[in-house]
Amino acid sequence: MSLTLDQSTRARHDATTGEAPEVSGRHTSLSQLDHLEAEAIHVIREVVGELERPVLLFSGGKDSVVMLHLAVKAFWPAPVPFPVLHVDTGHNFPEVLAFRDATVERLGLRLVVEKVQDWIDDGRLRERADGTRNPLQTQPLLHAIAQGRFDGVFGGGRRDEEKARAKERIVSLRDDFGQWDPRNQRPELWHLLNPRHRAGQHVRAFPLSNWTELDVWRYIEREEIALPELYYAHERDVFRRDGMWLAVGPWSQPREGEQVERRVVRYRTVGDMSCTGAVDSPAASVAEVVAEVAASTLTERGATRADDRLSEAAMEDRKKEGYF
Amino acid sequence: MSAAPATLLRLATAGSVDDGKSTLVGRLLHDSKAILADQLEAVERVSRDRGLTGADLALVTDGLRAEREQGITIDVAYRYFATDRRSFVLADCPGHVQYTRNTVTGASTADVVVLLVDARKGVLEQTRRHLAVAALLRVPHVVLAVNKIDLVDDAQSTFLTVAAEAHEVALGLGLSDLRAIPVSALHGDNVVDRSTSTPWYAGPSLLEVLEMLPVGEVDDGDLRLPVQVVIRPQGAVRGGADRDFRGYGGRLDSGTLRVGDPVEVLPSGRRSTVRRLWLGDREIAEAVAPQSVTVELDDEIDISRGDVLAAVGTAAARREFSATLCWLADTQLRPGSRLLLKHGTRTVNTIVRGLRSRLDLDRLDHEPTDALSLNDIGVVDLLVSEPLPVTAYAVSRHSGAFLLIDPSDGNTLAAGLVAD
Repeated sequence: MSLTLDQSTRARHDATTGEAPEVSGRHTSLSQLDHLEAEAIHVIREVVGELERPVLLFSGGKDSVVMLHLAVKAFWPAPVPFPVLHVDTGHNFPEVLAFRDATVERLGLRLVVEKVQDWIDDGRLRERADGTRNPLQTQPLLHAIAQGRFDGVFGGGRRDEEKARAKERIVSLRDDFGQWDPRNQRPELWHLLNPRHRAGQHVRAFPLSNWTELDVWRYIEREEIALPELYYAHERDVFRRDGMWLAVGPWSQPREGEQVERRVVRYRTVGDMSCTGAVDSPAASVAEVVAEVAASTLTERGATRADDRLSEAAMEDRKKEGYF
Repeated sequence: MSAAPATLLRLATAGSVDDGKSTLVGRLLHDSKAILADQLEAVERVSRDRGLTGADLALVTDGLRAEREQGITIDVAYRYFATDRRSFVLADCPGHVQYTRNTVTGASTADVVVLLVDARKGVLEQTRRHLAVAALLRVPHVVLAVNKIDLVDDAQSTFLTVAAEAHEVALGLGLSDLRAIPVSALHGDNVVDRSTSTPWYAGPSLLEVLEMLPVGEVDDGDLRLPVQVVIRPQGAVRGGADRDFRGYGGRLDSGTLRVGDPVEVLPSGRRSTVRRLWLGDREIAEAVAPQSVTVELDDEIDISRGDVLAAVGTAAARREFSATLCWLADTQLRPGSRLLLKHGTRTVNTIVRGLRSRLDLDRLDHEPTDALSLNDIGVVDLLVSEPLPVTAYAVSRHSGAFLLIDPSDGNTLAAGLVAD
């Protein structure tokens, strides 16, 4: 019977030393980045192969830029066979939106934009007291998915970002309400991805699941991938709030007692201007950023995101509702 | 800046409830400096709020609200850490209900399973079950962490007894590499650093073992490349490629592929030769598992998603085979069930023609059965609607593996391992 798979393999064990037999075998020369790239391309192709109408969430942020780069590689020399979707909070950095549009133009992609501002203007959503719009993105996102009849949604989420994301499958089912049920996830076995679902449901797919922030930056360096300039050190007018440097802009003004300073900063994450903080950094090149990230003692979200500080389970709660 | 770690080790943890697994994982991450300041601060804050004196390291991995409320781990969590020697992907698999399901998920891609036992309790039914799953899935290495070693009176003889019992079970299952380490996750003994509290143990710490295990062993069997997508840009060609470009995108499950190699397409049996190989827009001369590449062939033959490119004469497609199943669903499997089966990139219909046996995990032998239930492991005979190039799982962890899927809602029901 197959359970006793190989009776000829005799174990040699020594409990007191922990020594075990040498294992022979040919070893791959592929690097860690090669493995991660191969896995991500596999995920993208598999979702495209199995589903009818995939879409890729593209904000111009570094993770979505890397994901799109992998999608281009997956189908070259054919064009990327799906559109990209952006939920625009209305508080995005103008230079990131410009980068988004230039990228879409260069690759000949179709861009779908769902604007949170429209939802606020016509009363479907109400501005929060704290002015933060990240949590407001969920309803517009689910609407855009339903409207486009998208059945597979690629996201740039990584498991190392946040503890709720650490529990996420690479291909993850969303129910008819777009909700994630972390207690009832499908087993994900070997490299056999299963994006099948009933009509009305959809799946989220995360090709970068197993990448860390440092992997992303090393890959950006290796592949010479262009990013919005604000990921690199630059001078900016900022003020201190909740232990973060917030940019002075139309949606983030200093309150009384908050001093504006001109500092050399860069962004580790790029999201809503009103809740994404900059970090003090002299790292002006990709190599310098790689070195800085490798030595960092704070996580990227811990350093830069006010919305994750709302509660212990802020991300889990947003994800269950259908957030990215 | 140090050079990028060269290798990646995938490990899965397993254990019974209250073995201290989350604490061990937290300790491993903490002592290897993988927990950053803001994460540790959050753990300390929550620990303080609960009236604990020290930081409860289990809170590092138990991230869901319900997990924190109940003090248990609910679902597989993935963690990443690196030392100067290598990078690690850790799948932390819960020990309670759905344990087989979670352990199978974590172990199916693992290079090593770290199995926890409580030194005071020794080898339990769940320990046997986890060892059986590791053997079944052919995980190359198992490390037995004998935890709470600080809580037993005669630590050395307790450790030796537990280790000997586990070794006996492992031998019976055909597990070729199991090593035991006495640890205290709570105090950090032999987790990252060797402990002075266990002078009778001369071996390496858990992290040292994880750093020195051989990894990245190529599945150097014969070439298998399941085709995921056919790439035909036609009018929309990018970057100077041929207008009549026709490529096959897929990942090498095993073997290597070079320009000029003859290949056979399964199940059709048609043959051609590799004309060019691409990794994105970069032309390459050779591809190795597990790379994702695009293949151009010399001949225009009918190939579509689901077909497999194989080394000539090394594979045959079949419609009938027997398999071991790990049944992972709440519903039961009975003879005559009609399901979907996904093998490589092909999904076909299947009928369960017969149920041969179910594994009794206490006695580790097989008994006749007429159904498989959640967490059961059993052997079945399958008939599939189209021929598949299956290989015995004992030969390949890729072409010997498949999923059973519920055709009504798409849910994954079972992990399948081709027997013969």
